[in-house]
Order: sequence, then C-alpha cells, then structure tokens
Amino acid sequence: MADVFKSKVGIVSCSGEELSEGTVSRLATLRVLHELRPHETVTLCLPLFLAGGESERAFARVHPTITVDGCDLRCAARATAMYSAEPAASIVVNDVVAKRGLGKPEGRRRLNEAGRQAVDATATHVAALVDELLDRTPGTATSGNRVSGK
Amino acid sequence: MNDLRRKVAIVPCSGIGKPYGTVSREAGYDLCEDLRPDTTELVALSRLVMGDETARQTVAECPAIAIDGCKLMCAAKMVKQSGGTVAQEVAVLDVYRRHKNLKPVGIAELNEAGLQLARVLAEEVTGKIDELAPPATRVEQGGHHG
Repeated sequence: MADVFKSKVGIVSCSGEELSEGTVSRLATLRVLHELRPHETVTLCLPLFLAGGESERAFARVHPTITVDGCDLRCAARATAMYSAEPAASIVVNDVVAKRGLGKPEGRRRLNEAGRQAVDATATHVAALVDELLDRTPGTATSGNRVSGK
Repeated sequence: MNDLRRKVAIVPCSGIGKPYGTVSREAGYDLCEDLRPDTTELVALSRLVMGDETARQTVAECPAIAIDGCKLMCAAKMVKQSGGTVAQEVAVLDVYRRHKNLKPVGIAELNEAGLQLARVLAEEVTGKIDELAPPATRVEQGGHHG
C-alpha cells in the first residue's frame, strides 16, 4: 500500500474564492493533476482536513505534499502543516508572478491574460517540483521554495 | 467599510476534485457578483478553516448560506464550527437531481449545462437572501412599496 503512495505527490491548493490569485492557484493545480503530471499527483480539498476524518488528515503523512497558495495568508500551507504534516514545498502565486515579471492576475471568475500566464508559470513550477520530489525522501524541503512554518 | 448588518454570507465549498464543487463556487459568484451583490458577502472556506478573523466575524454577524458540492458538506460544517448560523444548506447534487438535463462537466472550466445549473441554484437561493437581508431600497423606502 505504502509503495503505491510513494509514487505520488499530493498537491493542496488554496480555495481562494475571494481573489484572482486563488483562481490561479486552483487552475494551476488542476493543470498539473490533469495534464502535466496526471500519474504522479493526487489532491485533496483543503477544508477536508477539518471536515473530513483521519484518512484525510493522514494525507500529507503518506504523500510528500506541495501547497499552492494565492496570497500571503498561505492557508493551504498552514492547514497542511497544522492538520496533517509539514509540506515538502509551498508556493505562493504572487511570488511566481513577481519572479516571472508577469502582470497582475485579474478576474477571479474568468482570468485575464496575465492570470492565464500565471497559471502556466505556476503549473510549470509545480510540475518541476513534483519531478524533484519524486527523487527525494517524502517531507524533504525543496531549496528555493518557501517551506511552511519557516 | 463593509456594513455586515444587511448581508448574508455565501460560503461555497472549495471542492477541487469534482464538477459539483465548481458549480458551488460558480453559484457563489452568481449570487455575489450578479444577482445580489449588495446583500451578500462571499467567504472563502479556506480562510474560515484557518480561523481568519475577518471570515469568522462575517459568519458570526451574518446568517450564512452554505453551498456544498458533496455529501461531506464541508461548507455547512465549517460555518457551524466557526460559530456561525447556517440559514440554508444547499447541496448541488439535490439541485442537479431536480434538473437532470443540466449535467455539469469540467472542473477547471464548466460546460454550459454546469454554468446553467449554477445559475439555477443561485436563483433558487435568492428568495432566502431577500428574506434574510431585504434589499436596501425596499427597507429605505418603507411605505413606498407594495
């Protein structure tokens, strides 16, 4: 059973309905799950850490986890650390946008062009982290990325 | 400043795994951006989960409508756990059962039927919102209506 999980990386996205960056984080996560790394990744709705049971909370103890947050509140990273285990890497969309010199994502319902570019950039970054993590021990922090709790 | 006295908190589930979660989110946007922008406040469930003070204050002061995409009912549970009052629990699946022609497909991007299902759900909820937070014009104009 554990061997099956070893080949998967968990991605937990902020839900962020209030912000355009939340939509970016959600769509980037789905891009990785469905298109970029469909066989290597799984996800969990963030509120399930509280509303769900022990099996949901065991999620990040079994999977190395990447959290994708829309803003500096970093709900996904904090929730994962609080209710499950420290994420192996955590990304904030604003950091990706700043690093790539992209425009500000706008339109929490329908993203503008800058938002769509941010989805591409964030998804690519997450996919690279997935590749990196699968060669590492689960829970190992990835250099160059924010790590929850630090 | 947001005046919460006449607002209803809209709390969609944050479902990311199935189209029903996306329908709940879309219905939340329908309500807060299109149908009842003046009397609703969208609350991100993740902020509530994490105990964010503003989110908790909103559900503490406003009656909430929880819109859930699956039977786990995360949104309704979290509003209650945060000390809020759920005025109405809406399950997307229940609405879909009544509108089987509107099968939602797609998570990142809903199909047209999914968007219509969200709109139908949102329109069904507006009656409860108007009951909980009467539109300002109706209150302020007092005897001028009806």
